[in-house]
Amino acid sequence: MAEPKALPPASGHDKLMIGQSKAGIYMAHAILILGILIVAFPIYYTFVASTHSLQTILRPPLPLLPGDRFLENYSEALFGGVGRIGGVSVATLLINTTIVAFGIAIGKIIISILSAYAIVFFRFPGRMFFFWLIFITLMLPVEVRILPTYKVMVDLGLIDTYTGLIVPLIASATATLLFRQFFLTIPGELVEAARVDGAGPWRFFWDILLPLSRTNIAALFVILFIYGWTQYLWPLLVTNRNDMNTIVIALRKMISFADADTEWHLVMVTSMLAIVPPILVVVLMQRWFVRGLVDTEK
Amino acid sequence: MATVDLKDVRKVYPGGVEAVKGVSIAIPDKALCVLVGPSGCGKSTLLRMIAGLETISAGTCSIDGKVVNTIGPTERDIAMVFQNYALYPHMKVYDNMAYGLRNRGMPKDEVDKRVRGTAKTLELEHLLERRPRELSGGQRQRVAMGRAIVRNPKVFLFDEPLSNLDAKLRGQMRVEIKNLQRKLGVTSVYVTHDQLEAMTLADVLVVMNAGLIEQQGAPLDIYEKPSSTFVASFIGAPPMNLLPLRSGQLEGAVTLPAVADNAATLGFRPEDCEVGADDAALDGGLRLMANVAGVEPVGAESFLYCDAAGGRIVVRVPGRTEVRIGDQLPIFARREKLHFFGSDGKRV
Repeated sequence: MAEPKALPPASGHDKLMIGQSKAGIYMAHAILILGILIVAFPIYYTFVASTHSLQTILRPPLPLLPGDRFLENYSEALFGGVGRIGGVSVATLLINTTIVAFGIAIGKIIISILSAYAIVFFRFPGRMFFFWLIFITLMLPVEVRILPTYKVMVDLGLIDTYTGLIVPLIASATATLLFRQFFLTIPGELVEAARVDGAGPWRFFWDILLPLSRTNIAALFVILFIYGWTQYLWPLLVTNRNDMNTIVIALRKMISFADADTEWHLVMVTSMLAIVPPILVVVLMQRWFVRGLVDTEK
Repeated sequence: MATVDLKDVRKVYPGGVEAVKGVSIAIPDKALCVLVGPSGCGKSTLLRMIAGLETISAGTCSIDGKVVNTIGPTERDIAMVFQNYALYPHMKVYDNMAYGLRNRGMPKDEVDKRVRGTAKTLELEHLLERRPRELSGGQRQRVAMGRAIVRNPKVFLFDEPLSNLDAKLRGQMRVEIKNLQRKLGVTSVYVTHDQLEAMTLADVLVVMNAGLIEQQGAPLDIYEKPSSTFVASFIGAPPMNLLPLRSGQLEGAVTLPAVADNAATLGFRPEDCEVGADDAALDGGLRLMANVAGVEPVGAESFLYCDAAGGRIVVRVPGRTEVRIGDQLPIFARREKLHFFGSDGKRV
């Protein structure tokens, strides 16, 4: 445990490390603001478009200020259903995607934390073999094994099911390695103290390892949730029914090559709604994550 | 409450390295046995074998007359204090101490009673709601002790528990551990590389080197009669002066008592040297001339580092000294204070 270290008092000089002059500070801020505008403007413009009627969107130029159809557009998309995807509502898509993203994130964490636990804390025959096997799968992206995986899913009758959407993506070599690295930093004495204190393998995992991994789990959850939320190729292959689509796939299906066929106002609404949950997860988990960090470092 | 018996215990690691090469120790009930030796001598491995954290390759370890070779650490009814304390960082002090009791299925109010009782003994009551990172090194050490005591085990095992404390605190805790161990009357095994800790704490002192016991016995007996040059130079600070003998003669010695034929090394302790003492009282002792190469005044005593008889010797003189670097001094040591060791390093 590191002792708390006091930061040196911040002097005015430190704050001015980069921009020594006022002009420099203004310059730096101008560049930062410009950068934010460049990144944020498309999202803002999407939001603007989602509050106008289809006619307004199709008749250029698109206004720069939000329109008056916010409630109509959002309720139509969320509860009414979108024609191009067989009248499925965006609410259904959000539920599907939430289930898939949670399933992938939680499943990956459970599987990888348990595999890392086995590899780090147990001596069994073939331990290193399994470790390298997991390591090697890092080199095989989903795309490489997608055909055999698809065949297996078809044979098992898992097309258009949540199981089919989640299970093939649930094993994670990266997360296993991350947990392994973290577990290796846990002092052997702590493991031994727990053994002397009468904690068996399961107790040790539950009472000591899991609470200590809190912050790692939180960080990994954020990353994996977004990974699951933005999956494209696999959900595209494994779902045929519109009501089993994830939001990203549905978004693609909503857009027709013929401009006039596309309900652009609903596409924009769906885009906005697709962004919200990942942002929520990042914002909420970030608070939790920081609290965890503060707790361990204090 | 319990005796600990080791019979020809060995530890061979899978790579073929033999860390402990056949060690037998009998620790009587309520005694504090200190294992001391340089790093890598196998003392920690031995302790971990008693704890059940390492398997025993050969020989037997018995606690309270019962062979425990195949029994896990939990069932051995031992408690261990680790070098880095190994407190659970996410648990409050209270829970750290209660964890082992809860795992054994003790009722809640009994756990509470025991934890609070132990906390009182160790003056930890005001810290019970804190987490380990909010404690100082000394406080963590106390909590680690508390976690061991609260279990009321048959045997305490200490793995260099004081090595992370500063010198002053180490001295305090040393006294405290000794008192506590006496009061509780729990058989204990204590591993250290600090010979001062070893001397002051031990009822039974075991000096280890390279996986073997060099000598075991009462601390002062070992101090008075070291069985080998290794023990002579390990126990005592500063260590015993050892000078090589060439065919029974000491280079540069004025007088030397009769020496056994097979003696290869002569030893005497720094505090057994007398500077400029009366010849008549020292008949049959050692006399040699020494050149002072360094003077270390410590306050209550001073150490003179001298070149003599082809080696470097340390002489302890009480109080302050007027001796300066470069002085030549007559050094005397009485006959009964001399130790002789054979060419194999063993006492003759």
